[in-house]
Amino acid sequence: MDTVLAITYKGGVVLAADQSNARSIISYQSNLDKIKELTSHSAMGVAGPNCDLVRFTEYIAKNLALYQLNHDGTQLSTKAQANFCRSELADALRKGPYQVNLLLGGFDEKAGPSLYFMDYLAALEKVNFGSHGYASSFCLSIMDKEYREDLSEEDALKIIDYCIHEIHTRFLISQPNFMVKVIDKDGVRVSKFGGDPADT
Amino acid sequence: MSILEYNGAAMIAMAGKNCVGIAADRRLGMQAQTVSCNFQKVFSVSDKIYVGLAGLASDVQTLHQLLEYRLNLYELNEERKMSPQVFSTLLSNVLYSKRFGPYFIEPIVAGLDKDNKPFLSGSDLIGATVSTDDFVVSGTCTGNLFGMCETLYKPDLEPDQLFETLAQALLSSVDRDALSGWGGVVHIITPTGVMTKELKGRQD
Repeated sequence: MDTVLAITYKGGVVLAADQSNARSIISYQSNLDKIKELTSHSAMGVAGPNCDLVRFTEYIAKNLALYQLNHDGTQLSTKAQANFCRSELADALRKGPYQVNLLLGGFDEKAGPSLYFMDYLAALEKVNFGSHGYASSFCLSIMDKEYREDLSEEDALKIIDYCIHEIHTRFLISQPNFMVKVIDKDGVRVSKFGGDPADT
Repeated sequence: MSILEYNGAAMIAMAGKNCVGIAADRRLGMQAQTVSCNFQKVFSVSDKIYVGLAGLASDVQTLHQLLEYRLNLYELNEERKMSPQVFSTLLSNVLYSKRFGPYFIEPIVAGLDKDNKPFLSGSDLIGATVSTDDFVVSGTCTGNLFGMCETLYKPDLEPDQLFETLAQALLSSVDRDALSGWGGVVHIITPTGVMTKELKGRQD
C-alpha cells in the first residue's frame, strides 16, 4: 500500500513517500517518516511492513556509520551503499527476508546525484526516476513523460507534485500526507511534509 | 506465475568461425511493469568467457558476483586461466549445491578455449548442462528463440555475419514476448578481442 517516489535532477535527488502507517482496516499513524537518512548525503525511501522498515534501515544506517568510524571519516559512495544494501537483502532472502522495497538516493562530490531502485528480492538497478507500490501504475508514466536530463530542483519538485496529485485524485486508498526530502551537495533536507513526524 | 518469469529475459549464444557471440535483452521488469531498460544480464568473467544469466534478477546479480569470485580464486590458486569447459562445470556445481533451494537462473556460457575453438553450453536451474556446437538459448521466450536460431543459423559464420544473425534472431524473438526486449546487447568474442554492440529495438 505504501507509495515511494523518487526523481533525480541536475544537482540532486528528490525522494517522496506517503506517511500512512496502516494495517487491515486500522490506521495507526498518518505522520510516519518513511524516508530514512543513511549518511549526511544519502537517504532511502522504504515501502513495506513497519517492522522490516525500521529494522532494516537502522541496521544499514548504523553499519554505514561504523564504516565511517573505522575508516577515518571516509564515507561510502552512494553506489557502494546501494550494493551493501543489496548484499544484506540478498543474504537475508533465503534465511529471513526483509520485505522492503527501496529507493536509495544520494549525492557524491564526484559522481553527482544517483538513485538506486531495489526490490525486496534484492534486484538492484541505477535509475533516473522510480516508484514502488501501486503508485507505479499512476506515476511512472508521468515521470516518463516529464523527465529530462537537465531538470532543476524546482522542476523535479513539480513533477513529484504532479505524481502526488494524481495519487490523490485516482488512487483508491487515501494517502493524504506525503513527506518530500531533497538530497543535494548540502546534504539531506526536508522539503515539505503533510504530517509532522515529531507529533506523538 | 513462475519465479523464473518474474523479471523477464531473453538470451542466445551462438558459434561462428573461430568466434562466439552472446546476445541478451535489456529489460528489467516486475511482472507486467518495466523498471529499467538497461539491466545487465551478460557478464564477462574473463576476456574469453562470457556468461549469460537468465531468470530472477536478484539471483543474476548474486550469481554474477559469486562466479566472478570463484573464477578469480581459481586463477589465483592455479596460476592459469580457467577454460570455458571448466567454468561451465563450476557453474553446474554451484547450481547443484543449492539443489533443494536453487538459484532461479538458467544460464548460458559462451567462450573460446585455449586453442580459440568456440565453446557453448546451457543449463537448467539445478545445473544440468548441455554443450552444443551451434547455439544455446535461455529466457522467457525460448520457443521463439529456438525457432529463430534454427532458421537463421549457418555454421562457420564470420564475426560480422554472426553479429547480424544474433541480432535478428534476438530482436524477432523478443518482439513476440511481453516480458523481454526493450533493447539488446551483443558481444562477439574473437581471438583478437571482443566487439560489443547495443541493439535498438522496439521499446514496448
